[in-house]
Amino acid sequence: MTEPSHPIGPTGPSETSGGDAPSVELPAVELRDIWKRFPGVVANAGASLRVRRGSVHAVLGENGAGKSTLMNVLSGVYRPDEGEVRIDGVAHHFRTPADALAAGVGMVHQEFRLVPSFTVAENVVLGACERIVRRPAVESAVEALAGRFGLAIEPDRPVWQLSMGERQRVEILKALWRDARILILDEPTAVLTPGEADELGAVLRHMADDGRTIVFISHKLHEVTGFCDEATVLRGGKTVAASLSVADTDASELAGLMVGASPVITERPPAREAGEIRLQVRDLRCSDDRGLPALNGLDLAVRSGQIVGVAGVAGNGQRELAQAIAGLRHVESGTVHLVGEDRTDATPRQRFADGLGYIPEDRIGVGLAPRLSVTDNAVLRTYGRHRRGPFLDAASATGHCRDLVDRFGVRTGPLDEPIAGLSGGNLQRLLVGRELVGGPRVVVAAQPTRGLDVQGVKAIQDLLVGERDAGAAVLLISEDLDELSTLADRLLVMHAGRIVAEFDPVTAERHAIGEAMIGHAETADDTGGDQ
Amino acid sequence: MNEASLIGLFEATVSFGALLYLAALGEMIAEKAGILNLGVEGMMAMGAVTGFVVALQTGNPWVAFVAAVAAGASVGLLHGFFTVVLGAEQVVSGLSLTILGLGLAAFVGRGSVGQPAGAEMVPVDWGPLSDIPWAGPILFAQSPFVYLAVIAGFVTWFVLWRTRLGLAVRAAGESASTADAAGHSVAGIRLAAVAVGGGLAGASGAYLTLSLTPQWADGIVAGRGWIAVALVIFGAWRPGRVAVGALLFGLTLALKTRLQTFGVDFSPILLSMLPYLLTISVLVVISIRSRNRPSPAPAALGIAYRREER
Repeated sequence: MTEPSHPIGPTGPSETSGGDAPSVELPAVELRDIWKRFPGVVANAGASLRVRRGSVHAVLGENGAGKSTLMNVLSGVYRPDEGEVRIDGVAHHFRTPADALAAGVGMVHQEFRLVPSFTVAENVVLGACERIVRRPAVESAVEALAGRFGLAIEPDRPVWQLSMGERQRVEILKALWRDARILILDEPTAVLTPGEADELGAVLRHMADDGRTIVFISHKLHEVTGFCDEATVLRGGKTVAASLSVADTDASELAGLMVGASPVITERPPAREAGEIRLQVRDLRCSDDRGLPALNGLDLAVRSGQIVGVAGVAGNGQRELAQAIAGLRHVESGTVHLVGEDRTDATPRQRFADGLGYIPEDRIGVGLAPRLSVTDNAVLRTYGRHRRGPFLDAASATGHCRDLVDRFGVRTGPLDEPIAGLSGGNLQRLLVGRELVGGPRVVVAAQPTRGLDVQGVKAIQDLLVGERDAGAAVLLISEDLDELSTLADRLLVMHAGRIVAEFDPVTAERHAIGEAMIGHAETADDTGGDQ
Repeated sequence: MNEASLIGLFEATVSFGALLYLAALGEMIAEKAGILNLGVEGMMAMGAVTGFVVALQTGNPWVAFVAAVAAGASVGLLHGFFTVVLGAEQVVSGLSLTILGLGLAAFVGRGSVGQPAGAEMVPVDWGPLSDIPWAGPILFAQSPFVYLAVIAGFVTWFVLWRTRLGLAVRAAGESASTADAAGHSVAGIRLAAVAVGGGLAGASGAYLTLSLTPQWADGIVAGRGWIAVALVIFGAWRPGRVAVGALLFGLTLALKTRLQTFGVDFSPILLSMLPYLLTISVLVVISIRSRNRPSPAPAALGIAYRREER
């Protein structure tokens, strides 16, 4: 077991350069010509990064651009094949994350590294505390540190009771407790509500003013322009723009740098004549995983040839709505009709047979089984059709999978290998392909483009629009308002387990939608009625 | 049922309770670090036979005790090597070590069956305390192993819940990647925990052959290692509750041989099922409660940790 790098308690930002400030200020972080290769992939091909001390610096790029690899090099998780890591002008060769922490580099990972059954204080001090742990002393020290940076937290609460935003604060506190002067945040706002994201921006500014350096990984441009000072853009493992001043650039220029020449924002597809009602939900009531009411009498209807968008702040019942329609959540009262038939209590298999395609929020786990092969995942819904007597007909299954992979542009290795190695975008293409390949009559898509890069988003959106044009009824649940306003023919807003407002996506004002999302809709805007 | 036989019952309850508690504490420490050790039965057998054979050779019960602990710890380390270093399935490795330990113990002890013990642990002399009615014979005339179990319980509680080391051990069992990211060596912690756990199982085995029934017979452990595994669940991974459970299960063991002397017409076979029935009911309670709160079981129990795996 390694000794902690220094004794109990937070300390102020330490100056490693010592003595007088250097005449030419050294960058807090300098990565020079970093190369990192994995089997079959070059993740970083000569990437570089220079970050000024006391600044909030964005590292931008699509999925697979090499952002995470570069940050893992900086935080000691990976050792670079070539290149140099300098902290405050001093070259370092980190072998472990602990080495990087000792040099003052802390990282907040996208998936939190927290022990749910521990208290906030226990999580914060896990890496560095005295041999004997005195809870009251530790808790007040953690509280004092949190107070210094304006992080609201209760040190004696167990972490499993905390919201995602609060958990992120614990992660940040952990790095501050270890006196990280350089803090890397990997897509920190992905799990936050818009309000929490703004709060995070304020905290980061606070830390930068304290002399700390923040490296902020993102692909959300409005956050970069909102609270970063400088931005570095990566593409294909290389730095394509280094330390741009955010004040002198704008979102569209950054977007252009990220994707090169490909389109960013989809044009609004021309509307189509809506047909009969394919999906109807009436007065639906369900509980969430904790047994608390999640849906409180929800009504909606989706017609053939129509995309109905559902907007809302995360945690207002969107997840439970999608699960109830898919048959994965117990319905307490109300009904779900698919293509005119009451399917409230039908099994997921029955609903699939009715023509329901379901793209769940959890791609891995609910949508796909990570340890199964590409082929097994592709036939998970339809294995009954690929059989010879009681046995699976491998040739037929592989053929079906190959068709699906070709048609939906899934980039994959051997089809009999586990899907765990596929990138997020390719996993989603495989999942969406599997659900859409049979020509479903109703599609329920929950957060189908979340976390995908621009090309992946475009591909999935095009597929959904294609299904609509082919006559499917599409229910699109998303947290991305831009996506909803572009794709939806009708836009519903969900709050506290009900539909509280309806907007015409072409004419609606964002402000009004936002008010409805936080429950301030006075009366539903009757642009198109229910149908 | 007279006073003497009742005192004898409670005395045996404490003895059996301590026997189970030593092994269960070891299991709990390993599980707290994330390693399920189903080899306890085998480790106890190895401790029992090693203690007995070394006592025969040396005539010194303390040397025999140390050898028994070392034997248990070695089998524990073997489990650690398979599951931590090689990442093998913990259930398979544990079961194999139970079978291996029982077989090896029978082999090593084949010449010692029926022999008188080479050395015995004498009960600790507490002076006047042992003359107190009831409490004296029940609490203050016991084998050193009983007091060792009590001390081990307190030390385990203190280390796991009041020290930095304990924080790291529990983190390794709850979320290995978190412990790793915090700079702790998950492999080191887990190896150490499973070795300490094996050592305690070895001590429990030695209690049998150096004190409780000072002789060696094949099958002397008689499933008590499995009771220890159940006891950890029954005690919800907390030393205090495990101690209460150990006394309760110890009572069932003590009753088993005494039921007829008490003139109670109840099958001793049904009685020996009792610990498992109680454990199953605790499991049911835990899973009902777990709907609203995390289970008391370490979240990463049984899961091998590899840093690079997604």
